[in-house]
Amino acid sequence: MSLDKDTVKKLATLARLDLPEAELTHLAGELSNIMQFVEQLGEVNTDGVAPMTSVAHMTLPRRKDEVTDGGYPERVLANAPDAMDGFYTVPKVVE
Amino acid sequence: MGYVIQGETGDWELVIGLEVHAQVTSKSKLFSGAATSFGAEPNTEVSLVDAAMPGMLPVINEYCVEQAIRTGLGLKAQINKTSVFARKNYFYADLPQGYQISQYDQPIVGEGTIILDMKDGSTRTIGIERLHLEQDAGKSLHDQHPQKSFIDLNRAGTALMEIVSKPDMRSPEEAAAYVTKLRSILRYLGTCDGNMAEGSMRCDINVSVRKAGEPYRTRAEIKNVNSIRFMFQAIEYEARRQIDIYEEGGEVVQETRLYDATKGETRSMRSKENAHDYRYFPDPDLLPLVLSDEEIASIKSTLPELPDEKKERFMRDYQLNAYDAGVLVADQESAHFFESVAKGRDPKLAANWVMGDFFGALNRLGKEISDPPVTAANLGALVDLIADNTLSGRLAKEVFELMVETGKAPGDIVEEKGLRQVTDTGAIEASIAEVLAANPDKVAEYRSGKDKLFGFFVGQVMKATAGKANPALVNEILKKQLG
Repeated sequence: MSLDKDTVKKLATLARLDLPEAELTHLAGELSNIMQFVEQLGEVNTDGVAPMTSVAHMTLPRRKDEVTDGGYPERVLANAPDAMDGFYTVPKVVE
Repeated sequence: MGYVIQGETGDWELVIGLEVHAQVTSKSKLFSGAATSFGAEPNTEVSLVDAAMPGMLPVINEYCVEQAIRTGLGLKAQINKTSVFARKNYFYADLPQGYQISQYDQPIVGEGTIILDMKDGSTRTIGIERLHLEQDAGKSLHDQHPQKSFIDLNRAGTALMEIVSKPDMRSPEEAAAYVTKLRSILRYLGTCDGNMAEGSMRCDINVSVRKAGEPYRTRAEIKNVNSIRFMFQAIEYEARRQIDIYEEGGEVVQETRLYDATKGETRSMRSKENAHDYRYFPDPDLLPLVLSDEEIASIKSTLPELPDEKKERFMRDYQLNAYDAGVLVADQESAHFFESVAKGRDPKLAANWVMGDFFGALNRLGKEISDPPVTAANLGALVDLIADNTLSGRLAKEVFELMVETGKAPGDIVEEKGLRQVTDTGAIEASIAEVLAANPDKVAEYRSGKDKLFGFFVGQVMKATAGKANPALVNEILKKQLG
């Protein structure tokens, strides 16, 4: 499978990447190469093997429903460039 | 006779599907140990996991898993023993991760059903498509500053159950009945408090229209509907909008729309233009969630009697009609109150008092059934006084009002105020004789065929006995004396 320029442009929009037009063709080629590399896996016969999301023979560990974290707004906001009154702030986003 | 909307080109049918987000009543978040209480100071209930700091790993809350299973069982749904968490990718200021951890093609709960109790006593079965667990986003406040939106992450990471219906509803009434019934089931199960005003239950509505017999047409998804009343308005507005587009020769586009309660309209949300391109993939931070049969069975064994079973039992054991039974089982407190009043008494009489004067008093006083103005024991005692003829229905209403005012037991009020009804035929006969003697002209008119005057005589006798005469006896003796 190979990616065309328009697909790369759309992916960039979805990922909020501001890509100059000139780079699109070049990136389409690079991304296509990566996909072709991964596609080699398609050569492996997986008939009768259920799709898996993990190779670890473990199930999801669970924790108890207890409050053990939080309560430190100053740490949460420490890197926020423009915190006000305990909130993060961003340019107004209104529908 | 279905619900139809008349257009210029004929009748249109509505097709509605609902996605309800129900916040799990857990102490801590789905993947972090931060608290979930409502109304806390901004960003105080946020862990570094919720704020999506690099290197933080999510660990699932076992209670939330159990509540999702419990809800699935309550919806008579299939429980999937293996389910997978996926990343739903989108950018928004109140979503610090840049993705929401949700479930995609392998949700924890599969298909189920929900039975709607309609106002006329009939029922409708609506399919449940799935229920999955996911994280809530944070909250944006737009009214704090002229140029900025404020972001509070307290809600970010709170556990939600997204419950998706099949597109089985055909009218705003059915959609309202669905939300009402789902909320009732969640409250019975204790898995969500169902509080729409605080946002712990939120609704997205998928609406499309079609001509009878057609396949489904394109739908629009309406977000931000936070009450059943708004749901009604949003559906009616959106259906009309789509019909107008079709009848003017246009096409409806699939999009996300926002309901604006102040303007009473829906409008397109441009920020969601790419909303259906979420590029889901399995979350590499989380292994598949695997449930054992024992775990499912042990949760099943703790399910309470649910509204449908309770309704059936009320109809069977108390001979109530479907509508009355439906109203009484809508919440557990009402059902329990009714059963305390009805126990060992005439259930129909008990139901009438609970649903009539008692619910009326709750509404009037703005009280909850958990803090009733009249206790179940006292209301039961009142029903006893009616059953043993101490009180007529009319006197009972008077006593009830005094019970609401004073909180006293009905027996005490009857004694204090001398409100016992007169069932002594001699005394009633004497009152009647007086009334007839005082109105010879009316008696003559009645006897010459003016039947309507009977009510006048009854009124006069009741007045003469200060309302305490047994009405049945008054009727009987009056008929005899006038006849």
